[in-house]
Amino acid sequence: MTGGAKVLWLHLAVVALLFAAQFVLPQYHATNLARIMVLAVYAMGYNIAFGYTGLLSLGHALFFAAGMYAMGLPLWHLGWMPIPALILGLVAGGVVAGAVGLLALRTAGVSFMIVTLMFAQAGYLTLLYLNTATGGDEGFVIDRANRIIAGTDLATDTPRFLAALGLYATAMLICLWLVRSPFGRVMVAMRENEERSRMLGYNPFQVKLTALVISGLYAGAAGAAYGLLFGYVGATFATIQYSILPMLYVLMGGAGTVLGPLLGAAMMFYLIDIASGFTDAWLFVVGAALVVLILFAPKGVLGTMRERGLKWLP
Amino acid sequence: MAAVLALTAVGLSLVFGVMRVVNVAHGEFYMLGAVVAWFVTYYLPFPPALAWGAALLIAPIVVGALAALADITILKRLKYDPEATIVATIGLLYILQQAALTFYGPDARPVPAPFNWRIQFPWFGYSGYKLFVVAAAAAILLGVWLFMTRTKAGLIMRATQVDMETARAFGINVDRVYAGTFALGAALAAAAAVLIVPIQQAHYLMGHDPLLLSFIVVIIGGLGSIRGTLIAALLIGLSDGVISMFYAPTLAKIIATLLVAMVLVFRPQGLFGARA
Amino acid sequence: MAALMQTEHLCRHFGGLRAVDDVNFRLDQGEIHALIGPNGAGKTTFVSLLSGRVPVQSGRILLAGEDITHLPAHARVKKGIAYTFQITSVYPRLTVFDNVALAAQSAGAKPLKPAVAAALKRVNLTGFDDDLAGNLSYGHQRLLEVAMGLALQPRVLILDEPTQGLAAGEIEGFKALVRSLVPATTVLLIEHNMDVVMDLATRITVLNFGQVLASGTPDQIRANPDVQDAYLGGHDD
Repeated sequence: MTGGAKVLWLHLAVVALLFAAQFVLPQYHATNLARIMVLAVYAMGYNIAFGYTGLLSLGHALFFAAGMYAMGLPLWHLGWMPIPALILGLVAGGVVAGAVGLLALRTAGVSFMIVTLMFAQAGYLTLLYLNTATGGDEGFVIDRANRIIAGTDLATDTPRFLAALGLYATAMLICLWLVRSPFGRVMVAMRENEERSRMLGYNPFQVKLTALVISGLYAGAAGAAYGLLFGYVGATFATIQYSILPMLYVLMGGAGTVLGPLLGAAMMFYLIDIASGFTDAWLFVVGAALVVLILFAPKGVLGTMRERGLKWLP
Repeated sequence: MAAVLALTAVGLSLVFGVMRVVNVAHGEFYMLGAVVAWFVTYYLPFPPALAWGAALLIAPIVVGALAALADITILKRLKYDPEATIVATIGLLYILQQAALTFYGPDARPVPAPFNWRIQFPWFGYSGYKLFVVAAAAAILLGVWLFMTRTKAGLIMRATQVDMETARAFGINVDRVYAGTFALGAALAAAAAVLIVPIQQAHYLMGHDPLLLSFIVVIIGGLGSIRGTLIAALLIGLSDGVISMFYAPTLAKIIATLLVAMVLVFRPQGLFGARA
Repeated sequence: MAALMQTEHLCRHFGGLRAVDDVNFRLDQGEIHALIGPNGAGKTTFVSLLSGRVPVQSGRILLAGEDITHLPAHARVKKGIAYTFQITSVYPRLTVFDNVALAAQSAGAKPLKPAVAAALKRVNLTGFDDDLAGNLSYGHQRLLEVAMGLALQPRVLILDEPTQGLAAGEIEGFKALVRSLVPATTVLLIEHNMDVVMDLATRITVLNFGQVLASGTPDQIRANPDVQDAYLGGHDD
């Protein structure tokens, strides 16, 4: 079996496993898995910017929330149907990412991180400020009636799980195709040695902007899906925490790997879940995980595996 | 307020200037200063003035030591790689914040002021303590400036800031300088918190706003330039008050954050700094 | 012979230092042109101005008659100027294949694999495809750089001190490689190794203190007293 086919089979197998999981797992965990899959899509988007292209952004919550609110607000105020709303959410994520990128990509490194953080903060504060329109701090619940697509009620477990799985599988396969395409190679080249890439004829600004917009599309799609599938839109999703979580998932699972985000999301989700059982201070675990990871395993689980032998893992 | 902000921001600026790392956990050192102050005043059976004075001495030392520890165990191992340190300090932020939550609790608790003294001017009354805060902050900053420019230790720090490799070649123990700088930055933040805590209360989330404000100040003033930081702190501290009078506080914050982003994008040196 | 690249009154200074001072330069199609001069003469700066890595302060740069003075570096690469770094700058964590592929796909090569194979073959690096570039020996990394330059299908290939650090045998192979490149590609070469320069170059330009000291055939340069004083170790009167 050639390298290419092997990779494809592995990723399809993961999808199949996920599909099977809903029959095997108790409902609590299956719903968790649905959450994890949507969050993994968000993390995959982050991975495209951070893991593959080397853009350390602390503002991705802005794109996630943009998707969520672009989906939720029309449903709430304008009476839109769910599918157009979802698409709007997807597009919103990309558009906001593009706008931010146009400005933020004029900086690099630490400055880029701070600028993205500032934009995300401004976004969060704007959501709070416009609280009559957006529901402010409390957010708003999505009407049950609005969560029905083509006759299936997404608020029930199985359709919800399948929708999440469908989203994840599509996103993951697109990501796989992307990183193995010529553009994927260019993203990595930009991360590894920007000056060299420039001297090979690649426009750094364009490449980074494209990567960021793709990243934003993923984040927007995830945000919109999360809001629709779990029925709640809130400003907490725009806080700094939600910019840090995808970074954490990616670091844990393996930055620059396609399956890393899913693994990281699953591991962290359960780590936090277990920790919350013990203490209110579960963010401590987040912090400790970040420190431990960056010190001892900066490549994450799959990244370290790839270093140690599984060279063909994309 | 501006004075305290200046103190905190200078701490951050110092760390960035010398070590070239962004300490996202800086706000938490501030918070810890306040928390330690509370512990000190609560447990030491001295009259308020003395207890507070003790806190002013003890808190910075404790927090500074903690910072040095963090530097030695974590940051040094990462070789001060900019992106890795950011991630690590974010982790540190959560660790410190949540540790405070666990041991100190989620409530805001007041710390008694060392003295209560109102000055009555004909046109407005002003708390004597607030004036004292400004004076104390100014004194500390003056001390820091003297230390940096007049003493040998300060010279060493400045040398390391300019060129780490050359400093190392000259036999300066860069690791210790870094640990010391990190500690000093944290201690400054802690001191600032101790000064402010009789006016505000000590709360485990109180590091959040000072962190953002310090970032804003340091960036607008110019990363690594102490003079710029001071001027920016004054500007922002005072204007924060002014803007809040005219606009809702949230809107003010929105404007402030966007302003910072724009400054970084279009004028990365800030007002006074050299290109980082 | 047609002029492929030209500069007119090209200037670049850094503060008080005039790195490139009113340089009029001409690169003819199909030649091997060497740029020599003492350290600090401005050679790398000049070449950085040509490739777009450093912005021009005054003067013009023309490529086949087209004014490219303000064109950004990556656009110049697309127009046919390739630059190999003085300090080897490959992607150490990527495979040899990926390194060259990045160059080839930038030049629009379809299909990709044969183009990569062809470039590697020209520098005698066939078979190293799956090795990590960082694991190659220094000499091989230099060759990889050249392969990447070639894969860009450039009109002008700028080589910045390419033989630095190469063993004698590798230098011979390198000379043969460069000879095989012209006249399809034009080569501009910065070199300190005088044997290589005299052997390879069709024309030589000598820079000193940012200015052109002399320009001509190897024999003319060798005989030029100013050049001898500045660079070759004095002259007999």
